[in-house]
Amino acid sequence: MAVFFQQIINGLSLGSIYALIALGYTMVYGIIQLINFAHGDIMMAGAYIAFFVVVYLKLNIWWAFIISMIGSALLGVIIERVAYKPLRNATRLAPLITAIGMSLFLENGGLMVLGTDIRSYPGGLITNAQLPLTLFGIRLTATTLQLLILAITIVMMIILQYIVHYTRAGKAMRAVSYDADAARLMGINVDNTISLTFALGSAFAAVAGILLGLYYNNIQPLMGIMPGLKAFVAAVIGGIGLIPGAMVGGFALGIFETMVSGYWSSNLRDPIVFLLLILILLVKPAGLLGKNNTEKV
Amino acid sequence: MIEVRFNKKNLIVLAGVILIYFLVYGLQAVGVISAFQEINLMMLGINIILAVSLNLIVGFTGQLALGHAGFMAVGAYVAAILTTNLNQPFPVALLAGAFSAAVAGIIIGLPTLRLRGDYLAIATLGFGEIIRGAANNINYIGGAAGMIGIPQLTNWTWLYVMMVLTILVITNFINSTHGRACVAIRENEIAAETMGINTTYYKVLAFAMGAFFAGIAGALYAHYFYLIQPNTFTFFRSFDILVMVVFGGLGSITGSIIAAAGITFVNAALQDLAVLRMVIYAVLLIIIMVFRPQGLMGNKEFTLDRWLKKRGAVSGPTGN
Amino acid sequence: MALLVTRDLTISFGGLAAVANVNLSLETGELVGLIGPNGAGKTTIFNLLTGVYRPSRGEIFFDEQSLVGLKPYQITRKGIARTFQNIRLFNDLSVLDNVRIAYHLHASYGVTSAILRLPSFHHGEAEILAESEKLLQIFKLAPYRNEKARNLPYGEQRRLEIARALAAKPKLLLLDEPAAGMNPQETRELMELINWVRQEFGLTILLIEHDMSLVMGICERIYVLDYGRVIAEGPPEAIRNNERVIEAYLGREVNDNAPQGGES
Repeated sequence: MAVFFQQIINGLSLGSIYALIALGYTMVYGIIQLINFAHGDIMMAGAYIAFFVVVYLKLNIWWAFIISMIGSALLGVIIERVAYKPLRNATRLAPLITAIGMSLFLENGGLMVLGTDIRSYPGGLITNAQLPLTLFGIRLTATTLQLLILAITIVMMIILQYIVHYTRAGKAMRAVSYDADAARLMGINVDNTISLTFALGSAFAAVAGILLGLYYNNIQPLMGIMPGLKAFVAAVIGGIGLIPGAMVGGFALGIFETMVSGYWSSNLRDPIVFLLLILILLVKPAGLLGKNNTEKV
Repeated sequence: MIEVRFNKKNLIVLAGVILIYFLVYGLQAVGVISAFQEINLMMLGINIILAVSLNLIVGFTGQLALGHAGFMAVGAYVAAILTTNLNQPFPVALLAGAFSAAVAGIIIGLPTLRLRGDYLAIATLGFGEIIRGAANNINYIGGAAGMIGIPQLTNWTWLYVMMVLTILVITNFINSTHGRACVAIRENEIAAETMGINTTYYKVLAFAMGAFFAGIAGALYAHYFYLIQPNTFTFFRSFDILVMVVFGGLGSITGSIIAAAGITFVNAALQDLAVLRMVIYAVLLIIIMVFRPQGLMGNKEFTLDRWLKKRGAVSGPTGN
Repeated sequence: MALLVTRDLTISFGGLAAVANVNLSLETGELVGLIGPNGAGKTTIFNLLTGVYRPSRGEIFFDEQSLVGLKPYQITRKGIARTFQNIRLFNDLSVLDNVRIAYHLHASYGVTSAILRLPSFHHGEAEILAESEKLLQIFKLAPYRNEKARNLPYGEQRRLEIARALAAKPKLLLLDEPAAGMNPQETRELMELINWVRQEFGLTILLIEHDMSLVMGICERIYVLDYGRVIAEGPPEAIRNNERVIEAYLGREVNDNAPQGGES
């Protein structure tokens, strides 16, 4: 049982990060039906921006969060304008290819500029103490960092829910994702709304990137690939395009992964995650929370 | 009349195909082709097989599949096991690799093909990763280190014959009522079903055929580079193949061939630039796609007719 | 037994019966109309007959065989073809290919002969081509042969859809508002064409239509549907004077506060 509860704690941390990345995937997908393969790499960029803020500007971690979120949001918007916007009326595979292109560009551009060195955030950025925890008489360990990750994620999710449901911009986002043409007729600036979605999703990715960098204590230019892909899997498991789906999927995937590592073998973790994905899709073709929309005949 | 013209056209193509074979063969025999050029020549042929076979699935049948590297891996490993560990002749290994990949195609196709669009894409991508993950964990095939010392049996003749065979089989299939059934599924699945087309059957068939040839490509690859590792077959490889297909034009065989050739060439030309090569490649990818989203050929084919027409002949029937 | 028989055909969506206890019976060679206000369940009946939906209850017999549980393509193979209310052509394919695809069912060669280009392939393709060309001639679509379907004028798209349905060589043809969006002149021509096609191909036709003049003009018998139920059945004259039918149509219009506007 100790393993079980311990892995739940670890899974919540990892799941938080997945959920934050998955939110960006799912928002973008919801609004323009594009798998933004560059999303994981935006996360990597966010982690690096924060790194430079704390190392060279000597600012504290909270400033790093803010500046990195702004920087990543800008990056996300630029990517959208350059690589996706011109293709809005093209075949759906065309922006998928430019997304792959953007992903390759950021990864290899990153390798070129930043080198292959693995860096880590300076120590003492946040207090990372062990928290002895006793549950049903079982001694477990959690760290303040894990607590922080979970807390930040929950706060971010509440902010997002507020934005999407109670602000004009959020209502515009929902309108565009429901029917872009009708939204345009209602006087909504569709292009700006799409940009805003990218900005928001990228800012969330930046937070995820920093948390990931803190959690594993390393950042490198290819750090976005696997977590990005996993987060996309999480979004699909939850039901792509659905914000609650991304949250549920992220946490579910994080916990599942740590369970597989804890009980079985971390070598088998990735293949089993994908197996789980396929099995879930076979039972629920539109994800856990998705409705199976059949085409009207 | 039609029969005669048809045959004449085919004869010209046939002559061209044979000419290219002997040209390269001759160049190789007199030693003009460097080792580096030969590697790229082999990659060219393998990429063409991969792109044309994926085009059948994505371009013609309209099923977005991102697991082609997985099928390639199945073909590569099965064939390599047969030659290296079981001492079987190359043709047997090639066929076994191809059929195993086709079976994998059916196994993944049957349950997942009822998924639509991007859900299918991620399921097939996941499948590719499962194959890779499995290979990583099976000691018999070397685990993460992969298989080393596979006999180098792929030569220009094998490569060329297999490439031509792939193009021929898929082109013939496409230009038949069965190929039209696949295209109908891409165009409007509900209407296709109402026309009496068994959509599941044709989707699985397209998957199996595509996987079959990807398996051949994998087997050829394994027996040229005599080393295969699970990391040879990541989803980036699947992306690469998809890029060729979309680049060439969805539903254009000649487009896939031209794009595969172009991308292989660009990769070779930028070889010395290391990381910069990938940056340039990525930028080129974005620029070309933004300015030509339908791909080089759209869904049209480069044909002798079309080529001759440009040189002044009167327009004739198209769409045959 | 009649060619097509439904018994207590019922389908519910979320507890709401869209079609309830519908009993249809079509004799071979008949041309029968299916009318009713918007949302009465007409297209839903087509979707049930062609296997797009599975009935919650009831039976469908075609040629004395049950169709319930068969997939759409299997039902087409039994001899039922249809057109769609919102035209569903293969938009980016040529007019000729639209029709050729529908001959798929009757193609006489397999995948192997296609790949190996055996004589049976050449023979089969020639046959498909000849028959397709013939259909294009009949439907006056030959001039558009190589045009993409999406580029056809609206009326021609409707005709192409019927031509394509006929290529499947059905015994029963289901037409879902074939005259929708056509002007009176086009509608009249279409009526003649439908009638002629029926004679020529020995078809049985079930027709959904809002254009009363068309329905009354060519149908031998009419079923009237309201709220998913058959409220009247009989020859055009009887339907025209049926109280419940008038009520179903007019009652709806009064409620809508639009006595002038009918169903288009």
